[in-house]
Amino acid sequence: MRRKLIATVLAGAFGFAGTSLAADNSVEVLHWWTSGGEAAALNVLKANLEKQGVTWNDMPVAGGGGEAAMTAVRARVTAGNPPTAVQMLGFDILDWGKQGVVADLNAVAAKEGWDKTVPAALQKFSKYNGKWIAAPVNVHSTNWVWANKEVLAKAGVTSEPKSWDEFIAAAEKVQKAGFIAIAHGGQPWQDATIFDGVVMSTGGVDYYRKAFIDLDAKAINSPTTEKVFQRMSQIRKLVDKDFSGRDWNVASGMVISGKAGFQIMGDWAKGEFLNAKKVPGKDFLCFRMPGTQGTVSFNSDQFVMFKVGSDKAAAQAKLASAIMDPGFQSAFNVVKGSVPARTDVPDTAFDACGKKGMKDLAEANKNNTLVGSIAHGHAVPASIKNAIYDVVTRHFNGQLDDKKAVAALASAVKQ
Amino acid sequence: MRAGALPKLLLSPSVLLVLVCVYGYIMFTIYLSFTSSTLMPSYEWAGTTSYQRLFAQENWHVALSNLWVFASLYIGVAVVLGLGFAILIDQHIRAEGAFRSIFLYPMALSFIVTGTAWKWLLDPGVGLEHTMHDLGWESFAFGWIKDSDMAIYCVIIAAVWQTTGFVMALFLAGLRGVDAEQISAARVDGARTWQIYLHIIIPQLGPVFVSAFVILAHMAIKSYDLVIALTNGGPGRSTWLPSVFMYQYSFTRNEMAIGAASAVMMLAAIGLVVLPYLFSEMRKVKNG
Repeated sequence: MRRKLIATVLAGAFGFAGTSLAADNSVEVLHWWTSGGEAAALNVLKANLEKQGVTWNDMPVAGGGGEAAMTAVRARVTAGNPPTAVQMLGFDILDWGKQGVVADLNAVAAKEGWDKTVPAALQKFSKYNGKWIAAPVNVHSTNWVWANKEVLAKAGVTSEPKSWDEFIAAAEKVQKAGFIAIAHGGQPWQDATIFDGVVMSTGGVDYYRKAFIDLDAKAINSPTTEKVFQRMSQIRKLVDKDFSGRDWNVASGMVISGKAGFQIMGDWAKGEFLNAKKVPGKDFLCFRMPGTQGTVSFNSDQFVMFKVGSDKAAAQAKLASAIMDPGFQSAFNVVKGSVPARTDVPDTAFDACGKKGMKDLAEANKNNTLVGSIAHGHAVPASIKNAIYDVVTRHFNGQLDDKKAVAALASAVKQ
Repeated sequence: MRAGALPKLLLSPSVLLVLVCVYGYIMFTIYLSFTSSTLMPSYEWAGTTSYQRLFAQENWHVALSNLWVFASLYIGVAVVLGLGFAILIDQHIRAEGAFRSIFLYPMALSFIVTGTAWKWLLDPGVGLEHTMHDLGWESFAFGWIKDSDMAIYCVIIAAVWQTTGFVMALFLAGLRGVDAEQISAARVDGARTWQIYLHIIIPQLGPVFVSAFVILAHMAIKSYDLVIALTNGGPGRSTWLPSVFMYQYSFTRNEMAIGAASAVMMLAAIGLVVLPYLFSEMRKVKNG
């Protein structure tokens, strides 16, 4: 009650509340897709809507991970004037659901059968208390390795590594041949992105779920976790000494230009390779982190719909259904490097890596091996995710040894 | 003298704005730190829980110990260098104005610019180390910014570079304020220049030292932009300061109550530095 009062007062004071009462055929979309390719992909959506007579008000907030965007949303919601839709990730969506400020999309969802086409693991984040509150746009996955084919050939690595040991052996060969074995940027989220794949490769999907989604103390305190950190230490030896603080796309650039052999990064890295006019299969390879074939650790961009006045509800529903349109999902994800959030979209427009990604997703969805990414806020809420970042990063930077890291992790997830 | 109503009338809007937008929000933050706020402010009273959780966070202790290293070295080095430069310029060297400007100009840059510039300069891949290698000095190594144990010193270097000129200007003003007759008298008595500085001039600079300390101390506690631009808190968590902690917990970890508690602790720390200074100043005014 009091919050509402404050919101009203603030809204009044800053003049936000002065909207018209007639049906408002416009949507305001807050997102952080400001790079060239992303903006182009969004234009597809914008054009679709404009054909239906809905005006698109763009509200881009720059900044990769969307931190700045979330701050902007807070301000808008506090002022009682939320945007129609906001791009959001994972547990943030549910946190906003808890605040009771989001819309109910069940009518559109039932009409278009979202329940059947969207993977269940994704629905966990698109729904709150059984109500659809968000429309997922894409599925990224984090357990990918990108490799420069020419560098591998020069180093004498002829086949795709299938197991962890093969991968390490291949990387060591690359290092011996005078290249950087693994291009990496030492930022906490990037360290954690590698961690995703290593956890999955070391302990399999059951361990991944138990330890990092259910936060089972026994699973975390097990020898498997120590082995995970030992493997992180192996990787640490295969990155160059200046890795700290580097942006992920700079690291991708090192693979593209032939300075480095591998990069462990989510599928958004593909965009960098394509932008550099490299061809999948011919110039570069994409394969699942060795030992994780058949499982997919995902994160998914979704557009959360906020509660808007009844005059704007019709336009909001049109926006939601345009986002879920198979044509848009295909067009958007071809550009973005990710795969569609529904499993019934044809893969004809996608390149080799994209086709593989879609096949893997459908398979993982069927076999129940589709799990939320730890690094990208789809396994645990933000506070615990960051506590895991702390441990992984400190370990990767040599401030914790393998044993101590296990103990630190166990105490970090308890809070 | 009878003050008219005009000055008061013109001051009142700004007084009101400051009262609401500074002191009002300080109160709001203090209140938030006693609630269970997470993603959005909540008004549910939770007692001192967030303070207990704050002190249990290892990140907070990392940030505090970094602040301790940062503040002591930053203040110490900036004061010593600033005083040194001031004394050298005080020797009535030629082109004094030019030197003064050269040292003072870094102050005109914002910390975010300083941070970005030093980030490039200290990066072994593109900066100093790379240049030295290009010039043929292959064994030269300077990778502090990539080293968890040394990165905090990179922050100190950049901060000192930024503020030394300002400290120098403070001291220069102080030096010029010392009574010239005392110095002439000392010279007549046969004192050397360094003796004059050590025994006569510097002891009279007490108030300047205090001002410099108060200004630098509060700058150290509130430092945020420099760290973000220079290292973004890394490698790992090794250059976190309390301000970085506050932003992280309030805005990216959805732990607004803990963030507010850390902000209150920072405010208290600044209070500890500034309040005694304010009181002593006020007493001086009353007595003077």
